[in-house]
Amino acid sequence: MELTCVECPMGCKITVEEKGGNKEFFGYSCPRGKLYAENEVVDPKRVVTSTVKTASGEVIPVKTDKPVSKKDMYKVMQVINSITCTLPVKTGDIIKENVYGANIISAKTVK
Amino acid sequence: MNSYDVIIIGGGPAGLAAAISCYDNGVKDILILEREKELGGILNQCIHNGFGLARFKESLTGPEYAERFIDGVIKRNIKYLTETTVLSVSSDKKVTAINSDNGVFTVSGKAIILSMGCRERSRGALNVAGTRPAGVYSAGTAQKYVNILGYMPGKSVVILGSGDIGLIMARRMTLEGAKVHAVCEIMPHSSGLKRNIVQCLDDFDIPLYLNHTIVKIEGDKRVTGVVIAKVDENRKPIKGTEVHFDCDTVLFSVGLIPENELSKTCGVELSPKTKGAVVYENRETSVEGVFACGNVLQVHDLVDFVSEEAEIAGKSAALFVKNGKVDREVVNTICGDNVSYTLPQRINKKATENVKVFFRVNKVIKNCTVLVECGGKIILQKKKKICVPGEMETALILQDKLSGLSGDITVSVKGEL
Ligand SMILES: Cc1cc2nc3c(=O)[nH]c(=O)nc-3n(C[C@H](O)[C@H](O)[C@H](O)COP(=O)(O)OP(=O)(O)OC[C@H]3O[C@@H](n4cnc5c(N)ncnc54)[C@H](O)[C@@H]3O)c2cc1C
Ligand code: SF4
Repeated sequence: MELTCVECPMGCKITVEEKGGNKEFFGYSCPRGKLYAENEVVDPKRVVTSTVKTASGEVIPVKTDKPVSKKDMYKVMQVINSITCTLPVKTGDIIKENVYGANIISAKTVK
Repeated sequence: MNSYDVIIIGGGPAGLAAAISCYDNGVKDILILEREKELGGILNQCIHNGFGLARFKESLTGPEYAERFIDGVIKRNIKYLTETTVLSVSSDKKVTAINSDNGVFTVSGKAIILSMGCRERSRGALNVAGTRPAGVYSAGTAQKYVNILGYMPGKSVVILGSGDIGLIMARRMTLEGAKVHAVCEIMPHSSGLKRNIVQCLDDFDIPLYLNHTIVKIEGDKRVTGVVIAKVDENRKPIKGTEVHFDCDTVLFSVGLIPENELSKTCGVELSPKTKGAVVYENRETSVEGVFACGNVLQVHDLVDFVSEEAEIAGKSAALFVKNGKVDREVVNTICGDNVSYTLPQRINKKATENVKVFFRVNKVIKNCTVLVECGGKIILQKKKKICVPGEMETALILQDKLSGLSGDITVSVKGEL
């Protein structure tokens, strides 16, 4: 497997090899790169940002309050697209709880 | 005619931070004029996260970052008008604007801050052959459709240009169910941040074609497909390398240009390198009492730098209102090897604070040294693992070095290519 480290603009290509159950990393130029690769191999996570419809037909920006597993991103999107929220909302208000381990929260105050 | 101490044109992150800084430096009679329905500028449509890492040590979305500054403006009771478009600014600092309540009106300021942001380069500037069907948008326009108006401009997409907005939209539209077939970049390297390449393209297996461009857009009423081709070292398409994609949408993400029409009406000197105003370190332009900051001055990739620059402009405008004209002895900053622009272009040797010089390199340079020289003397030298055109660099000139400067300051980046 090959990864690109995003911790700095060098963008080192890091290769991961399985050796007898252990993972070995090659190509990183500093410890941050190794740490990045280790996390990416185990369970890469991302914050999902999107919008939610309001009852009046507008959209408001939302995000997951913590990173979710990369493999769950589309499922999180499905949930987000099924929600309608009612105004007013404040930044940080929970729009929907416990979606694949995170809460969907409002990223804007809208009256 | 109403008059104010300071009039700020544009209520994006630059205008907002400038207003707060001006106020906190003791000049409170401020008016912000904003064309859109709400304050916050381009950040309102940038719903992705990654803003504010430097400033707040948090990864905020655009609206969250903007809200912190909008709250700051409201808390201070700083006056602002939205849905108000500025039409012209005169060199004697009269600002003419239009809105539906007042029609056309003119206000005058002791100082003016220009913070109008930038706009996207259009397809017209690019010269792609083929018809002009519907379904061709700039990436920023598509971003507005999806994130603010709440509808998808298409289902099957090819993106030209690997600027950050294009990359962000590749992910956004994919998550919303569209198929993004390809991102084509005419240069051998992407102009976007590494993080965006990985998290917007690699995460979704969207291919990035470097050294490629769109040679033809097909379709009569609506886009039905595009042809892309590889380019040679002179960026001319190579015959025989054409590949066809069926698609209903083409997005352009080919760069931003500062929006300086108003700067021209008031006679501000513009730089051919940045396409923004030529400024002193306090962000004053060639017109006394007129300041500039944010993307109207230089296209920033990080909003944190926008806020920092705007705070300099806001403070300087406050000092100008209180103390009048600045006493100066000026040296210029000049681009040396591999540097495409420097900002500020002019530095006052009598400045009372450290001066951060922003610059960009014109190609990728690894294991390099940033050198700041003046009159044969090195005033700053620092090693960098890498400099890339897509990321703005900085060099800090300490205040105590300023008075000893004689002649122009050259910024260069030397290293293994
Ligand atoms: C699409 C996009 C994505 C980005 N992503 C990131 C990111 O992930 N992380 C990051 O740190 N930075 C990012 N940036 C950069 C950062 O957001 C910008 O640099 C910053 O918003 C610029 O602020 P500004 O105030 O100079 O301009 P703007 O935000 O453009 O604000 C200018 C304001 O001036 C107003 N205006 C213009 N002309 C007039 C007129 N004649 N009269 C009245 N008002 C006027 C406009 O309506 C606008 O509100 C992104 C930028 C863009 C464009
Ligand atoms: S491994 Fe280290 S040097 Fe390489 S990209 Fe990652 S952080 Fe940068």
